[in-house]
Amino acid sequence: MTVGAVVLRLATAATLAFIYIPLIIIGLYAFNEDVTQGWPIAGYTTDWFGEAWRDEDVRAALWLSVKCGVIATTIALLLGTLASLAVARYRFFGRETISFLVILPIALPGIVTGMALNASYVRFGIDFGLLTIVIGHATFCIVVVYNNVIARLRRTSPNIEEASSDLGADSWQTFRYVTFPQLKTALLAGGLLAFALSFDEVIVTTFTSGAEQTLPIWIFTNLARPEQLPIINVVALVVILLSVIPVWIAQRLTREPTGVGGTTAAAAGARQ
Amino acid sequence: MRDFSLDNFRTLWEEDVYRRITIRTVGLAVAVTLTDALLALPIAYYMARIASPRTKAILIVAILTPLWASYLVKVYAWRILLAGEGPLNWMLEPFGLTGPGYTTTGTWLVFTYLWLPFMILPVYAGLERIPDSLLEASSDLGSRGLGTFRRVVFPLAFPAIVAGSIFTFSLTLGDYITPQVVGNTSFIGNVVYTNVGVANNLPFAAAFATIPVLIMVVYLALAKRAGAFENL
Repeated sequence: MTVGAVVLRLATAATLAFIYIPLIIIGLYAFNEDVTQGWPIAGYTTDWFGEAWRDEDVRAALWLSVKCGVIATTIALLLGTLASLAVARYRFFGRETISFLVILPIALPGIVTGMALNASYVRFGIDFGLLTIVIGHATFCIVVVYNNVIARLRRTSPNIEEASSDLGADSWQTFRYVTFPQLKTALLAGGLLAFALSFDEVIVTTFTSGAEQTLPIWIFTNLARPEQLPIINVVALVVILLSVIPVWIAQRLTREPTGVGGTTAAAAGARQ
Repeated sequence: MRDFSLDNFRTLWEEDVYRRITIRTVGLAVAVTLTDALLALPIAYYMARIASPRTKAILIVAILTPLWASYLVKVYAWRILLAGEGPLNWMLEPFGLTGPGYTTTGTWLVFTYLWLPFMILPVYAGLERIPDSLLEASSDLGSRGLGTFRRVVFPLAFPAIVAGSIFTFSLTLGDYITPQVVGNTSFIGNVVYTNVGVANNLPFAAAFATIPVLIMVVYLALAKRAGAFENL
């Protein structure tokens, strides 16, 4: 191995350490015995997990986050799939506009989306709650599902769908027996990513949740309270796991060598 | 809303403080973007050109997973890391140094951390597309490692770096959580947020929020000319 390759290997190891050490440290803090968050950690305990579970607010927030994630993901799977089928398989007026609208969120900071939704809810007199949070999350979850499904549709040929109708299948049968099986893993991956994003979204949610608290909003509002830090540490670890695990599974489902840039764009659009 | 007026934009232009905040925000976005590009190049090059297919697959998952997950937890992790009695100061103490704490430098560090995967992946994809024959030709013509990097690899990877910079730049411009959790100064996002919530001045917030959107429109136009869109 040349000197250059050794240097690059060391740089790669250092970069990975930079990315992962903060996550590992926050994982360790969840077991910190002490209420003050000094380093090194003096003693370890699992007591805070029980403490967090007994906390009414935390349980309510966890439940709300799960509900929002599931409902927003369901909406995104329906609408995202329909939109991607329309764009990939049909030509119609406004088709280019739709595929452009998927890139657009990159130029639109989340704070703008949040503000716009907030003002609209107030204007139409919609009460803040589960519904308003779900609408906000669905806006970026749809993009994620759309991107995953359209990448898959572009790699599969429309010919077999035509063959299916030539053989006498109606359009529902074609979807059920031909299109859907091809999309299955892409849908699952898109759904998992959408859930992960919804589960730790905070920027848009601040504007759409009113008095309700999702888990990230609970973390955000309790940051300033030192006595809550041990419980925040536990919640943080749970949020990491509940968002990393779906993402990790999603990646195993869609090993698409060229899809890297596209997914990055989708994540950036959603992250705003 | 009753009437349309440009008063809010006049305030933005005339009040010194808003101009300072805009410049500070753009400056931070530029700094974060440059740092991320610098950090991303070595690992992206290793992934694209040196790693075995197996290692490469593992590295892609290792970079993609934190990109998708736990934005707020990552910011919170840095709040713990940067704390006075926290791990970073403990690590630096033997060298007689102290960490940046909750300052603009700290904010810069955390933004760099947050958006790094968004830079690594497009740069990796760009480097992967460079044909081996070009690098071989360069070395046949007598160019050493760094010369090839400067004259061949970097120019070819530049559009991909610009593609990555779209993310690092725009994500920094619009964020208001990170400066609030690990910083001590206001950026555009913070002013917008305060005006929507506490100050309840939605029109002014909306006017200020158009600034990052306009900056991004210009940035995207420039990025398109640099050929970045083919690398998205």
